[in-house]
Amino acid sequence: MKLTELIQKLNLSVRSAKMHLDREVAGGYASDLLSDVLANSKEGDLWITLQIHQNIVGVASMKDLAGIILVNNREPEPETLEKAEIEKLPIMVTEMPTFELVGRLYSLGIVGTK
Amino acid sequence: MTPDNKISRIQELVYEIRIGEVMKRNVITISPQTNMSELRKILREKRISGAPVMDGDEMVGIISIEDFIKWLADREHDCPISEKMSKDVQTLYADEPLTQAVNKFERYGFGRFVVIDHQSRRLLGIITKGDIVEGLLKKLEVDHYKEEEEVYRRRVEHFFEDILADKVVLLFQYDVAGHDFKRAGEGASRLKASLKRLGLDPQVVRRVAIATYEAEMNMVIYTDGGKIRVRVEPHGIFVKVADSGPGIPDIQKVLQPGYSTAPEWVRNLGFGAGMGLNNILKCASKMDLKSVVGKGTQVYIRIDTKDGAMSETN
Repeated sequence: MKLTELIQKLNLSVRSAKMHLDREVAGGYASDLLSDVLANSKEGDLWITLQIHQNIVGVASMKDLAGIILVNNREPEPETLEKAEIEKLPIMVTEMPTFELVGRLYSLGIVGTK
Repeated sequence: MTPDNKISRIQELVYEIRIGEVMKRNVITISPQTNMSELRKILREKRISGAPVMDGDEMVGIISIEDFIKWLADREHDCPISEKMSKDVQTLYADEPLTQAVNKFERYGFGRFVVIDHQSRRLLGIITKGDIVEGLLKKLEVDHYKEEEEVYRRRVEHFFEDILADKVVLLFQYDVAGHDFKRAGEGASRLKASLKRLGLDPQVVRRVAIATYEAEMNMVIYTDGGKIRVRVEPHGIFVKVADSGPGIPDIQKVLQPGYSTAPEWVRNLGFGAGMGLNNILKCASKMDLKSVVGKGTQVYIRIDTKDGAMSETN
């Protein structure tokens, strides 16, 4: 499923890289530990986290993730957005907590393992 | 690229891109019973210039800011929207190429068109000239970005062809400042971009980048900084990450998954979970860790190009 479709279906607000939402989402990974994401997420995954500092952009671009969704209405720090624009990495926010968001994603066909 | 080329690319794109790709999907609709006097508030709050008028599931017309201005200018009494809306609604299909929309905008001079599904004829979205421009710019930017990367790649390929030697080795060095979380990971990011441009296998590039990132993070968290040195050879990539202290007292302990001496504030950022060295081990074909307390630590990472096919996860 395309990122644009998920954004519309889950009513996500896009905070960065608005011109780069065409990407296909391969799967999902939810974690707040950066090393865990580096170890276990896969290329094209959507990453669900509550971390908002700029290192999340580094981790996501290391792994070529499709984008990051911040939960619980958390807003990315200004430096995070700056980096995300440079890396052309979409960051989205939602008022949903992780459990709710992952459930919705799963029912839309975004799964964690292939 | 000459300006003439750009124009022909746009002409190409208006046939390539489908209306459904650029239209806005979250359509705000208005009921026919809404009063004209309420229209301004709706348009302003939703930041739109017009909306389809829906009577239940059926589209009965379209109302726009032009209709509102005309109503104001005529100084008529308040009335339901259904009396002032355009009843002859021109529609476009989501699977039609953009050129259809361009033609219709020219022919009718309307500000927006309703987009419906070809088969079910259900309302799918709404399209304005702005959406068309945005859609075209987006595609052109993607084209431009691809072109840029292509130029870099070709430049690097030529660079290698021009060098006459039995063996070519590339060396990169990145300086890492300790305790600087703002810049943490920059070395690994820059390394990744450079290796990508060399045309190396994406899987190999990712392994090198992750292993280097973790080693760089350790340096940022625990030391006053150091250097990342990377040697690129045809059969493999060698990364050496070295700092000048404080050193690790018990190497066996730090290699245990989950063992960490990271302070609380570092853990709150999502680091220091005791997974870093294990991640390096997973990515590397070989890893070596040397440390002397008071002197410093060196991490040696080798990633063989032939291991590229293996995924970096698991």
